[in-house]
Amino acid sequence: MDGIDTLRGKYLESITGAGDESALEEIRLSALGKKGEISLKMRELGKMTPEERQTTGAALNRLKDELDAALRARKVSLADAALDERLRSEWLDVTLPSRPRRFGTIHPVSQVMEELTAIFADMGFSVAEGPQVESDWYNFDALNIPPEHPARQEHDTFFMHRAEGDTRPPHVLRTHTSPVQIRALEANGAPIRVIAPGRVYRMDMDQTHTPMFHQVEGLAIDKDISMANLKWVLEEFCRAFFEVPSVELRFRASHFPFTEPSAEVDIRCSWVNGQLKIGEGDSWMEILGSGMVHPKVLQAAGVDPTQWQGFAFGMGIDRIAMLKYGIPDLRAFFESDLRWLRHYGFAALDMPDLAGGLSR
Amino acid sequence: MKFTLSWLKTHLDTSASLDDIAYALTDLGLEVEGIHDPASKLKTFTLAKVLHAEQHPDADRLRVCRVMTDEGEKQIVCGAPNAREGITVVLCKPGDYVPGIDVTLGVGKIRGVESHGMMASERELELSEEHDGIIELPSGEVGDKFTDWLAQNTPEKIDPMIHIKITPNRPDALGVRGIARDLAARGLGTLKPLAVEPVAGQFPNPITLRLETEACPLFAGRVIRGVKNGPSPEWLQARLKAIGLRPISALVDITNLFTFDLNRPLHVFDAAKVAGDLVVRSARAGEELLALDGKTYALREGMVVITDDNGVESLGGIMGGEVSGCDETTTDVYLEAAYFDPITTATTGRALKINSDARYRFERGIDPAFTVPGIELATRMILDLCGGTPSDVQVAGAVPDTARAYRLDTDRVVSLVGMEIAAHDQRATLESLGFRLEGDMAHVPSWRPDVLGEADLIEEIARVASLTKLEGRPLPRAVAGVPLPILTPLQQREKAARRTLAALGYNECVTYSFINARDAALFGGGTDAVRVENPISSEMTHLRPDLLPGLLRAAARNQARGFADMALFEVGPAFAGGEPGEQVLLATGLLVGAAAARDPYGSRRALDVFDAKADAEAVLSAIGAPAKVQVSRKVAGWWHPGRSGVIGLGPNVLATFGEVHPRILNALDVKGPAVAFTIQIANVPLPKVKTPTRPALKISDLQAVERDFAFVVDAGTEALTLVNAAAGADKALIESVRVFDQFASEAQKAEGKKSLAITVRLQPEGKTLTDKDIEAVSAKIVEKVAKATGAALRS
Repeated sequence: MDGIDTLRGKYLESITGAGDESALEEIRLSALGKKGEISLKMRELGKMTPEERQTTGAALNRLKDELDAALRARKVSLADAALDERLRSEWLDVTLPSRPRRFGTIHPVSQVMEELTAIFADMGFSVAEGPQVESDWYNFDALNIPPEHPARQEHDTFFMHRAEGDTRPPHVLRTHTSPVQIRALEANGAPIRVIAPGRVYRMDMDQTHTPMFHQVEGLAIDKDISMANLKWVLEEFCRAFFEVPSVELRFRASHFPFTEPSAEVDIRCSWVNGQLKIGEGDSWMEILGSGMVHPKVLQAAGVDPTQWQGFAFGMGIDRIAMLKYGIPDLRAFFESDLRWLRHYGFAALDMPDLAGGLSR
Repeated sequence: MKFTLSWLKTHLDTSASLDDIAYALTDLGLEVEGIHDPASKLKTFTLAKVLHAEQHPDADRLRVCRVMTDEGEKQIVCGAPNAREGITVVLCKPGDYVPGIDVTLGVGKIRGVESHGMMASERELELSEEHDGIIELPSGEVGDKFTDWLAQNTPEKIDPMIHIKITPNRPDALGVRGIARDLAARGLGTLKPLAVEPVAGQFPNPITLRLETEACPLFAGRVIRGVKNGPSPEWLQARLKAIGLRPISALVDITNLFTFDLNRPLHVFDAAKVAGDLVVRSARAGEELLALDGKTYALREGMVVITDDNGVESLGGIMGGEVSGCDETTTDVYLEAAYFDPITTATTGRALKINSDARYRFERGIDPAFTVPGIELATRMILDLCGGTPSDVQVAGAVPDTARAYRLDTDRVVSLVGMEIAAHDQRATLESLGFRLEGDMAHVPSWRPDVLGEADLIEEIARVASLTKLEGRPLPRAVAGVPLPILTPLQQREKAARRTLAALGYNECVTYSFINARDAALFGGGTDAVRVENPISSEMTHLRPDLLPGLLRAAARNQARGFADMALFEVGPAFAGGEPGEQVLLATGLLVGAAAARDPYGSRRALDVFDAKADAEAVLSAIGAPAKVQVSRKVAGWWHPGRSGVIGLGPNVLATFGEVHPRILNALDVKGPAVAFTIQIANVPLPKVKTPTRPALKISDLQAVERDFAFVVDAGTEALTLVNAAAGADKALIESVRVFDQFASEAQKAEGKKSLAITVRLQPEGKTLTDKDIEAVSAKIVEKVAKATGAALRS
């Protein structure tokens, strides 16, 4: 038995002392390999008496298991040490910049159009569209603005060129989104609830005007829609759009040829240090024009004004975008300055919806 | 339209405050644009009485006064020579702001003597330039407010000026009397009666007038002899000055007064300068007029002129002539009151670019029935201010018939406005506005050309009742429950395209729909059909045929600002022609510069056509385009001919992608290269059936196998042809074919060849592939590819 203890001592010591995996393998072979010392000892068991064989055999087996476990353990600890050594050399400056990624943006006009759509969709309005080159009938006559009416001059209209021999009145770049009222009524009849956002054009260019801008038209026609309903719809819209707990609107009598009665709509607000606050304060700011659709307009669109009535309104999209998001200059909307686009633009996934709130 | 409060009160008997009047005006639809109120800066000053005045101990020119004020006796040092015992003065106390010297007073010590305020001169209160002494009032008690005293005694000195905006439908409000009528209807006082007493003629009218045009249906005229045309009286001058008009002479000032007071434009000819009779007729080509503004106008046929034997003397309803105008030497005057057709007046005024107060009124429509009363009232005033003897009035033509009546449906008013307005209140409103009610029929007054139907009656009632009082009332949903989706498929796609492009890192631009002719021509547009007749600038003359020119210009501007790399996009309309509807919705992306800035990892690389293609495909996929498409090379001229392509379904073009033609970049000042793509959103076919259900997912449990093939082909061979041929070798087994390498060695280049390498993924179903199966399909792939492209397997 002494031999076994000697073997055990010798091998355990050399395992502990092994410096790498190949040294360990050598030790394994010389101890447990086919011709290893322990294997040789096993072969000698046959020459022993049954009693001797039992005790020595068991002892040898224990030794074999013990050495095997020691070899494995040493192998793991060597690998750990090697990994630690490698990791010690693998140092990076993690303050270096990340890999580049482009961030796109949505233009405020598009964002606000989606906000409008989300709010009005909830009130049952769909989105109607119409051409931007418009016949003067749709842009003016059908909206009760006859050719020589002074209101027509106030529109600062862009006219399209008319080829010689073409005696039709020249087409215009639509001066407002109101012609979509006519087109939507012609296409769908009454009852109807639509909004129509889009580009409009006026011959005007200065600090606060651009020859192209955006409007949204609203139209609701049914059997008994009143101006009081109009006021409620606009109140609800403004409250939701400006994301304030309450708003106060003031209707002021005015004149638009296509509505009667007509009202300019003011919203209560305050200006503190150049910052606009909607829904509080002592100032009133005009935000849109509205009224009850003129019977002649309904007639022009083929809707019987003795059967149907309703309201229409028109609002500047760029303007409410400026008010809501504190954008100072209208002209910059159309200049595509990257700095502006990135600063005032919206992330691709900032999709306005009523459940999550319109803006972040 | 401007007027003063005291002017308004010549027509309106009212005790309403300025604030109440201003509020009511705006609320009635006569929006107040501004108010200039001289009293607003005098509100703190009160009357006081000097009890005693004595010489200042240390100053020759100063006096120390004991003054009785509403706060008891005060000591005030004063430098005015008229500061003396017993006079009533205007007191400014410590803390008051004195406008004329721009100082807020404190308690001061003047040469050792305390002074508790000051006694003001007119200049110090900005009432006049008077500064010889302090104000001495002939009446008033200590403690009275100075503004009250002024209002009582010299209201013209603090007469507030009100500036209102008149909408085009309200010509009647272009005279102060019309405004007063609206306020009276609102209940802010009563409209004073306007007595018109005809002035009997003293001799036959020596100037005869003939009407020869329908554009002037009515003309009244008379001569007044022996007038003295000096300056008009102070009250008249003050009124005109208050609204920004320059007083000229009594006769001219009277015509201006009538224009603004009663909306009754008049004209005065110097009768001595009129040769023969007057004829109102259409102008003849070649005729000219030297008008009162000193300019000569070339007239056109159809314009209404008033002529005598010397030729054209006046442009009817717009402006008189210089030659026959009145000046201080005028002794005999011919006074004209006429009615000119609104449309003719508007057309003429616009053609000649004359903006006069007369044109402004005639083109909106004045009260034709007030023509003869107008000339009588004006005669009376001329006689009062200038003296003279009037002739008979000649009235040529007749008052145009404006009689009409509309039914007032009081229930409909309530239903439409959504506000309870009692029927009798509705009727009372119309009556106070001058309507005559006969049963349900409302007869429209002659001064309201805008009232043309029942709806107009409703508007009158609503605005007088005050829309400010309107309370919102919920608009119930048309359909109860969760609202239905409302966007059309095309609208959904527009939104998806936009959001996808932003997600891909592009910045959305909104550029103008009109561009310059040269840019438009470069992109296949710029024809007369899309030309704007009256562009606002030479850079905005033509509707854009494409979104690229606008984006390229934007890129050039950004490059000039020092940004070299950018990804821009726009979703918007392009115009194929100038008819309504010749408009197509495009989504265009533009990549300029490198994929990234320089960085430690070498991320920077030039962007190329395959970046543009990838993004175009991403957008197409987002808006539901089918995966299997054709790519052709039939691109427009603004693309690089060798590095661009069209993605299509047969003849239907879904998108174009590629490098922008270098000549285009050069023309638009873009430092290139630049790649771009344009998606024709509406050309992507809609799904035949719309269902949220997905087709069942088929997954095989068997191992897929990938095999690589390298072919040598002609350099011009397109990869897609090769890929499609390989995929067609066994449609059931081949899951995908992917190009993973393209290469040409020098030797291959010399022979016009290149290598294309593909990897084919085989997905067996039912049984595992054996080597034999794989060999069989491989052979078929090689055969198909060879047949389609002439390719040889690379050895």
